[in-house]
Amino acid sequence: MTRRRRDRDRSETWGGYRCCMTADQQTPWTGYQPVQAWDEAMDLEGRVRDPYRRVYHEIDRMSGEDLYSRAEALASTYLAQGVTFDHAGEERPFPLDIVPRVVGAEEWDIISPGVAQRVRTLEAFLADVYGSQHCVNDGIVPRRLIATSQYFYREAAGVDPANGVRVHVSGIDLVRDQHGIWRVLEDNVRVPSGVSYVLSNRRAMSQMFPDMFGAMGVRPVLEYSQRLRAALTRCAPNDIDDPTIVVLTPGVFNSAYYEHSLLARTMGVELVEGRDLETHNGRVYMRTTAGRRRVDVIYRRVDDDYLDPVAFRPDSALGAPGIVHAARLGNVTIANAIGNGVADDKLIYTYMPDLTRYYLGEEPILPNVDTWRLDEPEAREEVLDRLDELVVKPVDGAGGKGVLIGPKASREELAQVRAQILEDPRGWIGQPVIQLSTVPTLTDEGLEPRHVDLRPFAINDGDDVWVLPGGLTRVALARGQLIVNSSQGGGSKDTWVLGGVRQRGPVTPPPESKVELSGIGAVPQAAHPDDIEHGQQQQQQQQQQQGEPTC
Amino acid sequence: MLSRIAESLFWIGRYVERADNTARLLDVHLNVLLEDPWVDEPSANASLLSVMNCDYEAPVSRRDVLATLAFDAERSSSIAWTLGAARENARRAREVISTEVWESLNTTRNQLPRWTASARPHEYFVWVRERAAVVWGLHSATTSRDDAWHFMELGRSLERADMIARLLMTRHFEGTTGPNWTTLLRSCSAHEAYLRTVRALVTEERAAEFLLVDRLFPRSIAYNLQKAEDTLGLIEGASNSRALSDRARLALGRARTNLEYRDVRDVLDDLPGQMREVQSACGAASDLIRDRYFLPASTVLWSQEAL
Repeated sequence: MTRRRRDRDRSETWGGYRCCMTADQQTPWTGYQPVQAWDEAMDLEGRVRDPYRRVYHEIDRMSGEDLYSRAEALASTYLAQGVTFDHAGEERPFPLDIVPRVVGAEEWDIISPGVAQRVRTLEAFLADVYGSQHCVNDGIVPRRLIATSQYFYREAAGVDPANGVRVHVSGIDLVRDQHGIWRVLEDNVRVPSGVSYVLSNRRAMSQMFPDMFGAMGVRPVLEYSQRLRAALTRCAPNDIDDPTIVVLTPGVFNSAYYEHSLLARTMGVELVEGRDLETHNGRVYMRTTAGRRRVDVIYRRVDDDYLDPVAFRPDSALGAPGIVHAARLGNVTIANAIGNGVADDKLIYTYMPDLTRYYLGEEPILPNVDTWRLDEPEAREEVLDRLDELVVKPVDGAGGKGVLIGPKASREELAQVRAQILEDPRGWIGQPVIQLSTVPTLTDEGLEPRHVDLRPFAINDGDDVWVLPGGLTRVALARGQLIVNSSQGGGSKDTWVLGGVRQRGPVTPPPESKVELSGIGAVPQAAHPDDIEHGQQQQQQQQQQQGEPTC
Repeated sequence: MLSRIAESLFWIGRYVERADNTARLLDVHLNVLLEDPWVDEPSANASLLSVMNCDYEAPVSRRDVLATLAFDAERSSSIAWTLGAARENARRAREVISTEVWESLNTTRNQLPRWTASARPHEYFVWVRERAAVVWGLHSATTSRDDAWHFMELGRSLERADMIARLLMTRHFEGTTGPNWTTLLRSCSAHEAYLRTVRALVTEERAAEFLLVDRLFPRSIAYNLQKAEDTLGLIEGASNSRALSDRARLALGRARTNLEYRDVRDVLDDLPGQMREVQSACGAASDLIRDRYFLPASTVLWSQEAL
């Protein structure tokens, strides 16, 4: 970017940029005004923040119509590709916003190790909880907390993972508060979903803004599937070199079916449903046209409860009978492990900073959101007093279900939740209302700030925790809405993490830029070599013949 | 290959081919209604629906026929439903079929409402045939010749043999003199190939022979039965090659030889009966293939013992 251009920005933004605009100078940014929350693209004075400079200018050069037509093109590619999620039994396209979310390299240098640290803590905690429970004996976590967790499964106690990994894939939800500080909102270590949208968002956006990618040095995300496959290969039981891996899906009516099939396809493994699997003598097989085939690793996208009708819900038609037994015998690896839910219990979440210090001897890199444990009487009293200004959440909720945002709740809702909390204080936590950070988003009224969160995905292969550079940015499409889940009408954005190694400056061609490959034959031009020479002659003659009578 | 996926592929093959052939068949039918001055339309319509194995209430109007076989996405006999079903099966087998094939099926389904709302059947039929051609072209250009390919081809050739048999039955409809052989050849895109092969005007016997048993033309019944047999052989592999143990292959082979080794006059004298034979052989083969390769998934339900 040139110096001159940057100067012009400054004069525009400082010199009453908005009021001086005449109609023909309007750009999509006209009227963009950050609100109280931390806006990632612009500060309150209207100065563009560094990571967004390039995106700002690219959009600044477009007309509003151009921006809308690109957004439309984006929507139609998604429709053709069938990028959908199921909501209330209906297959819907997943809304992808045209403005990317940009995360600077310095910020990523905090997020990535922070997430990895979190995952290592969760692994240590799960190994401990399903082992000798030192954390309880040492008084870090109260015993009743674990015993009363809905997702603590005694069935998982005897299952030893092959390479010690229980959290093969995790999604750690992050938010950015009013001061721009990244905080962990919740941990997802059961079956975190959304990574397929990261991959397909990137594919669509790179077609939409091809030149920005190289110029900005956006870090690539497409290696995710290879990484996942490698991690799953390494967790195979009995050191099998070339294990048979399958992705287990609940079926085509599951809201994340698109993701299951995309992961299976890009990893090059089978996508199976429960009815495709059968167990014999403690081994798991899938039914193929050539008979039974042994399965070594199951990357399951089915909840614990439905995984195995023998061990859990007997009426489940989604799982395969006997696979938990096979896992306990060490004949198959189930990823993610059974019983992980105890670690993403929202009450355990409040102990995570302590657990990080306890297991790793490190200070947590990413802070939690301040949280009241409602099973502690003083905290409960305080929260119930201020219920109308806080957020309360059920500890086992996912997908934004059951979350009550105090300032926006009606009197009846407040009364109802108050009764629920008093009845089951273990089941709830309270948090201050966090004004999630905002990012410019294309709405019917033009670009407007909308609240976002970020779910980076991490893969643990046993030696190393790898954090996918980027992750799923979910955006609440309604003005002021703070719940971003797709099941609550949210959309997504492509997340660009800067500072990729492939960052390119201006390309000057090397002195000898001519590419020569030896041994390349000429490209045949026509099937019949005579065609070209004789063709013209014949054409002339034929035309002459036609022409003769009229002349 | 997973049995469930194989079944989906088999049905994608059948559905796409069915949509294509239904469009051809309807095109012929509408043509006959226009050209035959003595036509008894309701009974011709009724015969068409019965050939396609649909329930109907007499008298059957042209609208009813079009709704039942072309436009009404709620009825499993219609092209609209068939294309939707092909797409749903593709969605289930999404990780096995290529992205191009998936997108072509998905786009077809997305564009359907625009076409079914229009009142011009002929253009709709042309579009359906084009979409089928796009799907087959992409399939052929992007699929490895492994089981994924074989199961789809198997469904396709069975369906095609079956549909050509139904098409030939329209010769003997109640209430019309039936389409002439030139029309039938045209509707199978066979007229030009016929002229080049036979080098003579269209006569009943030669045209029938061409559509029934020509060994080189890809829309003759015998060609498709042979192809289904060969494909079954490829799926089975070399292990069982010494004797024909596959009952599906036996059924198809019997139907094919029955046509090939019989005087064409005899076949023409009993055309509806012979064509029914072909259809029942295809049906039987389809059932046998399902039993052998697609194993009806036995759902195991676990209930806790009541004490």
